[in-house]
Amino acid sequence: MTTATATPIASPAPAIPPDPGPKRTRSWISRFRPSRIVVNVVLGAIALFWLMPSLSMLIISFRPAGLFEISGWWKAFTTPSQLTLQNYKELFVGGNSTVLGGGVPSGLAPGSVLDSLRTSLEISIPATILVTLIASLTAYSLVFGRWRGRNIVFLTIVGLMVVPLQVALIPVASLYKDLGSAIGWNPFGTVSGVVMFHVAFGLPFGIFLMRNFFTGIPTALIEAGRIDGAGEWTLFRRVVIPLAVAAAASLAIFQFIWVWNDLLVALVFLGGSPHVPLTLFLYNQERTLAANFWIISTGSMVSIIVPLIVFLSFQRYFVRGMLAGAVK
Amino acid sequence: MAVAVLDRRRTPRAGRKDKGKGQRHLQSLAFLIPGAVLLGAIVIYPAIQTVRYSFYNETATRAVGLANYKSLFSTADTLVALRNNVIWVIVFPFIVTVIGLVFAVLSERIRWATAFKTVIFLPIVFSVTASSLVFTQIFQLDPHVGVVNAVVQTVDDWIHPPGAYPLSAGETVSTIATYGVAPGPHGTLVSSKAVSAGDAVRLGLTGINADALTVLGARAARTPVASAGSITGLVWRDFSISNPSNITSVYADEDGFPNMRLALLKSDGSTAATTVTDASGLFRFSDVGAGRFHVEIQASNFQAGFSGTFWLGPQSITPTGNLSQTAQALLSVPLIDISMILAYLWIWAGFTMVLIAAGLAALDREALEAAHVDGASEWQTFRRVTMPMLAPVLTVVLVTMVINVLKIFDIVINLGADNSGPGGQASTLASDVYNYGFGGGVHTGLASALAVVLFILVVPAMLFNLKRIGGNK
Repeated sequence: MTTATATPIASPAPAIPPDPGPKRTRSWISRFRPSRIVVNVVLGAIALFWLMPSLSMLIISFRPAGLFEISGWWKAFTTPSQLTLQNYKELFVGGNSTVLGGGVPSGLAPGSVLDSLRTSLEISIPATILVTLIASLTAYSLVFGRWRGRNIVFLTIVGLMVVPLQVALIPVASLYKDLGSAIGWNPFGTVSGVVMFHVAFGLPFGIFLMRNFFTGIPTALIEAGRIDGAGEWTLFRRVVIPLAVAAAASLAIFQFIWVWNDLLVALVFLGGSPHVPLTLFLYNQERTLAANFWIISTGSMVSIIVPLIVFLSFQRYFVRGMLAGAVK
Repeated sequence: MAVAVLDRRRTPRAGRKDKGKGQRHLQSLAFLIPGAVLLGAIVIYPAIQTVRYSFYNETATRAVGLANYKSLFSTADTLVALRNNVIWVIVFPFIVTVIGLVFAVLSERIRWATAFKTVIFLPIVFSVTASSLVFTQIFQLDPHVGVVNAVVQTVDDWIHPPGAYPLSAGETVSTIATYGVAPGPHGTLVSSKAVSAGDAVRLGLTGINADALTVLGARAARTPVASAGSITGLVWRDFSISNPSNITSVYADEDGFPNMRLALLKSDGSTAATTVTDASGLFRFSDVGAGRFHVEIQASNFQAGFSGTFWLGPQSITPTGNLSQTAQALLSVPLIDISMILAYLWIWAGFTMVLIAAGLAALDREALEAAHVDGASEWQTFRRVTMPMLAPVLTVVLVTMVINVLKIFDIVINLGADNSGPGGQASTLASDVYNYGFGGGVHTGLASALAVVLFILVVPAMLFNLKRIGGNK
């Protein structure tokens, strides 16, 4: 993370707004030479400043646990020999009693950081797939369906995009428990309960994004398919989805990172569970009486790595999704 | 129906008759089912239920009318949350938009703009939880650990150098004055007797941290020798293990205080000269002339250095200490809010920058070029051409950030930690929905009323979106 990655941040062509046109030349703005050195120096300083917090956490995760209370992380620059893999080893393998305080299960035991990593994946992957699929289906129906009231439904969905999820937490919690007593399946306290909640609240934005993309697909294409006798499902799978891969990827990446980073929903529905996602793992660690910063810093690094990889690999899609959904 | 759908997976044969309109209708309506069920069961129905609960008591068993709303707007605990939402909404969206605008505009002039944007953008990818924990560490109280306090300490030590003998907690200059000195104004110590040329004075102090003496290389104290025309003297640690009860004499097992900053005061209180003691605690003011003087041990000797500001603390930066509880709740601006806002700027500046940069890239370059050709200065072009064209983008960014901070939660319970409980100085509407809904002391009615208020606050943003998106479909 310390390297200023050269991967482009999506030459920011907005997904839905029109293309900015021909690549812009180094134009009027670059002709003012005197200020250029100043701008370079100032932005360089800002970039270093912006890297500092992440860098500090990275360094702390590689310093011996006992040093946190004693000296600042910046001391590692003058004494790089103090850097060690001890914290990671302790969290992943365990068994090293020399690490200060201990206090967290290691390996894949419930409550360990790797168990949390798995739980985060168990929540994020299904939530992402389901949102992308269901949002695409709904958007297809909104754009290519022939039923009445599509406009009203679409506007309702735009309205739902900004609804704070706080308005649903309490009733959904009791709804889940009611389900438990009614049909013996209580999603409260389970991963599926969290996934359902995330999918529901991810849908309005997902539908909005996919619908905007679908409206760009010529209706004639669908009509031709219909005349040829293709069913709606076939048209959806064979015609629309192959055209919409980029939009679906934007939605999926965006949704994945969103769900991965959620704390509130996990806290409400998985608060007392032995298997918690990484955000909740970190929150719980911070709330213990003697907060062990070696666990927090190392755990933070573990929690960052997956979204970081996803982001750096699919940067363009993520930024596009974000530009399209600048309303969530 | 699933079977019927599967049947048609193969490429349809030419000439096959189009299916009945009704069946198509049903198929595309069927596509709505999963979305409709989830939105209905987990978003819409619960939202209505929350409105209903908001008129009920803490266990949602008895209707209480508007009582929850009344207590929400009248008890200090929830007023604090409302006030914090107001602070967030007033301060954060504007600043983060300006920062994003500045970054976006400036990064157009550097060759490494993509690298710069990636660096600024990166924090968005991390969870707010992880970022908050980074900032709990950055804002640590101890300047040896927290980088913010370390920087403040470095600057502060440079402006007000700390003394060699900082007093420990509970000590004052009067508790350390032992022989020949008495407390003077503003934390100084002044010789009890007036002195004149040719006098030798002894100023005894006790209760000063012995470690400091070792560090400073203190040597054994010696009785000062009088010298004609000068005022000489000794500042020493007036405690002898061999003669613990005698405070008037100087013994070999007593150390001098080196580096003690002294001033010679004239009878009118003005300073005639200054000096510093040597390793044995001895000093000399030469050629003092006629008149009577006092020797002053300056207050700066006992000044402790900066020991850290509690950035994550609930203390208010506005003077509200003497106001009523309600007024305090409404008018205080706790330092924790400022610290959280700073951390949140670090997280979100990349977002506003990228959005605004996209807006800039989509601008009509010809208008800008024309303005330049017509002789407009850079600033004029920015102010009169770029900004008006960018206004719609800036509005969207601003509204997005307002919605974001209205719902602010993660940073509050992580960075706000101990101050995020009910009535805590960092608490917000969203954190109180959690506190009263699921934390200790559950009050379903109040939590629901808070959620409803939160929803109502978001409605203008919702209408803005509907107008913007619904209008130009």
